Amino acid sequence: MKLTFMLNGSPVSVETPPDRRLVDLLREDLGLTGTKEGCGTGECGACTIRADGETKLACLMLAAQAQGRDIVTIEGLSPVAGPLHPVQESFVNSGAVQCGFCTPGMVMSIATHLDAHPDTDGDGIRQAVSGNLCRCTGYQKIVDAGLTAAGLMKNKGGCRG
Amino acid sequence: MASTDSMTQHKFERLKMNISSPPEIGISTPRSDAFTKVRGVEKFTIDLPSKDDLWAGVKRAGIPHARLIRVHTDQASALAGVAAVLTHKDIQGSNRQGVVRQDQPVLVDDCIRHCGDAVALVVAEDKTTLARALDLIRFEAEPLPGIFSVGDALAKEAPLIHPDHDTGNILLAGTLTTGEGVEGFNDCDCEASLSLEVPVQEHVCLETECGRALFEKDKLTITASTQTPFRDRHEIAQALGLSPEKIRVIAPFLGGGFGGKDGITVQSLLGLAALACPGRPVSMVWNREESFLASPKRHGATLFFRLGAKADGTFHALEAKADFDTGPYDHLGGVVLALGLEHAGGPYAIAHTQVSGRAVYTNNPVAGAFRGFGVPQVAAAMEQVVDLMAAKLTMSPVAIRLKNCLARGMKAPTGNTLAHSTGIRACLEAVGHHPLWQGAREWTARAPAHTLRGVGMACAMHGMGYGPVVPDVAHAKLELTREGRFKVYCGVSDMGQGNGATFLHIAGDLLNQQADGLELILPDTDQTLPCGSSSASRSTFTFAHALADASACLSQRIIKRAADSLMVLDPEEFVLVPGKLRHLSSGKDYPLAFLAGLMSPSERTVVSRYRAPVARDAVTDEKALQMHGIPHTIFSYTAHLARVAVDTITGGIRVDRYLAATDCGRLINPDLYEQQMHGAIAQGLGYALYEDYLTKKGQSLTPDLSTYIIPGARDLPPMELISVTTREQAGPFGMKGVGEVGIDAPLACIANAVADACGKRPGQWPLTRIRMLDLLGETL
Repeated sequence: MKLTFMLNGSPVSVETPPDRRLVDLLREDLGLTGTKEGCGTGECGACTIRADGETKLACLMLAAQAQGRDIVTIEGLSPVAGPLHPVQESFVNSGAVQCGFCTPGMVMSIATHLDAHPDTDGDGIRQAVSGNLCRCTGYQKIVDAGLTAAGLMKNKGGCRG
Repeated sequence: MASTDSMTQHKFERLKMNISSPPEIGISTPRSDAFTKVRGVEKFTIDLPSKDDLWAGVKRAGIPHARLIRVHTDQASALAGVAAVLTHKDIQGSNRQGVVRQDQPVLVDDCIRHCGDAVALVVAEDKTTLARALDLIRFEAEPLPGIFSVGDALAKEAPLIHPDHDTGNILLAGTLTTGEGVEGFNDCDCEASLSLEVPVQEHVCLETECGRALFEKDKLTITASTQTPFRDRHEIAQALGLSPEKIRVIAPFLGGGFGGKDGITVQSLLGLAALACPGRPVSMVWNREESFLASPKRHGATLFFRLGAKADGTFHALEAKADFDTGPYDHLGGVVLALGLEHAGGPYAIAHTQVSGRAVYTNNPVAGAFRGFGVPQVAAAMEQVVDLMAAKLTMSPVAIRLKNCLARGMKAPTGNTLAHSTGIRACLEAVGHHPLWQGAREWTARAPAHTLRGVGMACAMHGMGYGPVVPDVAHAKLELTREGRFKVYCGVSDMGQGNGATFLHIAGDLLNQQADGLELILPDTDQTLPCGSSSASRSTFTFAHALADASACLSQRIIKRAADSLMVLDPEEFVLVPGKLRHLSSGKDYPLAFLAGLMSPSERTVVSRYRAPVARDAVTDEKALQMHGIPHTIFSYTAHLARVAVDTITGGIRVDRYLAATDCGRLINPDLYEQQMHGAIAQGLGYALYEDYLTKKGQSLTPDLSTYIIPGARDLPPMELISVTTREQAGPFGMKGVGEVGIDAPLACIANAVADACGKRPGQWPLTRIRMLDLLGETL
């Protein structure tokens, strides 16, 4: 079947079997391997993407469910040649990245959370990533990164205002 | 808000600082690999398959013990889109893998020995066809009685899992004795003892086992998520009957390892698949259930510990017994047992010890390497009997540990002399003086309704490196590129711990170059040099030595070449600055690219080798144990504290705060030390509270992440870390390994905290809610 949707800010049109999972469409057909698969059953959160502004698990979505929607993957969070998104920048700076396999999903969850909850706190960040498993960090520096990003995003918002 | 803003500003400034100036050893620096990982553009092995790849998959046995009679491949082979169906008959080599004992088949030939054994291998044009073909494979097998516990394995008339093994179902057994051994208990005033069972733990690397292989022009190239690229090459060669130089193994950044990728997973299977389909790339990714079933685990163990002390609290005698269920293959089970025995007595002086243990073959899933490597099991028991002894003698847990802790020059419990930095006393003092310890009674007294509070501590030591048998060697290669950048060829995998970034950090400091002047080449048996495995808390220690040597050599070579070419008499007049060589008296800068142009490629490349020191103490006459690499000579130390709140209605245990004071020598990048400690503690808390890889008659009962529970963000406490930073004389820049020591103490720390809360100690771990409720029921 033919699908048309927005992907990382640009319209895409792809031909795909109806039973194809969105995670496979993104990774294998479109080469967007930043979206990871850690379990395939919606338990680890490594495939977290954004659909119409909400976090979704790409391993639990059929490609067809992307039809007409606005999909953002980690590759679309900030332009490749441009500056990092504040959450990405804070992950780098706070030491929140180890093996890095959970990182894209974590970043998508926190970035989406901060959009809706600019005044979040540590518990809010932990709640936001409660569906994202990390085996390396113990989450502490991920929480630090989320809080730092919240500060950065407020600053930038303040400047614009 | 002002404080948040200033903190943010500070961190942002720090990032900018690091990009524009060379990194400095001892100063936290963002990891170089974080920039690509955070954008999702770093290519892990699992990201490599292209649309045109063939896909390989494995028919797993699904039964725990049987004699394989025949594999029926006709139907699968006949399916359109199937490129190859392979069995053991297609293997030209030994069809055996293993680090110490080569006892594990690539594809089963004689016996199925656990449910995850590979019976056949299918290669297909796409994943759908692959799944269909795997379903079409049938095999005939004559069931054999299964062995599912150490007791089963040691029973009279028990079937032998490896009839050719000299010691039957015992893979390895050994006893380490010092002083008068158990006779030492005759002179003790007080004894404490404990029996417990600790669970099987699964690594749960977020990136499952995976790889991609291509056989063309008589060369087999395998890219894999592996901790051991150089060792893999030899194992694959032997198993498949190829010469090693025909095999190239490449290891990109791993999406987690923790020991689970210390040894062959997909590699030989992929090699076999690629040999059958020359010219076509073949990919393989294990799904989570397959990963759980077929990958090695932390050994489940049963332990009995008895500690004897004098009335003043001086430890005098220790008897320790440990049985490890190693599954059907050696993997690294013997070495895990040996390290466990060596560390059984913890960081204490004990005059008389008898430590014995067995690693036993069963038909459960394979057990092998996992961060901690036998030490979390023994520390779980030892640190609890220490607390039991403290209670009997009415001493505080800190006081009894301080009274008995090791110091440099003393002998460890297995009799080896501690010739290197020994910082356990400083760790214990840091915990003992900390407000969390000092304020423990006040905090526990304020427990709300239906809540019991407790504070506990535990400590550990952890040997670094391979020990005396296998040479603990790394070769660094360093090149000044024609473009004037420094390229570090790193042959030891980065499984996520950041050793790759650390090597750039070190090279940047030593060569005075900033990040844009440095480049990392990840392990590749064709490009980098042998560095051993990424394991044993040794990756940075060993390679950093070689790299420091190479850096000194190459910078001198550049300087002397410049002096010769520019007709300057004294090389001391030159100094490396970012991207350039500066002539100090004239102030003139020469771009490194210019100097590289004067030098031949071989002149611009330096190779250096380092072999880590080993203990010379003879701690045992038992040949088999000696061969398994004990004792060690350099150890890291840690002391932990946990505050727990037990909900008496639900049995839930909330870890409220966690503290760890650690001696891992001087820190190269403090951020990365913190990363290692945080992660190790998190895995240790999972081991204590949730993680339990359960099987029944060899079949997995916990095949996924909804039944095998690892800690999530809301399950873990804030963790506070203290580094006591001794200076390890043998260490590069005074450092020692920190990869593992943090996982040794958490289970015992939680046990001691729970005992502080409710006065009870469970015999079986992890301490799930149901077990906690049972334990509380016993109290009432």
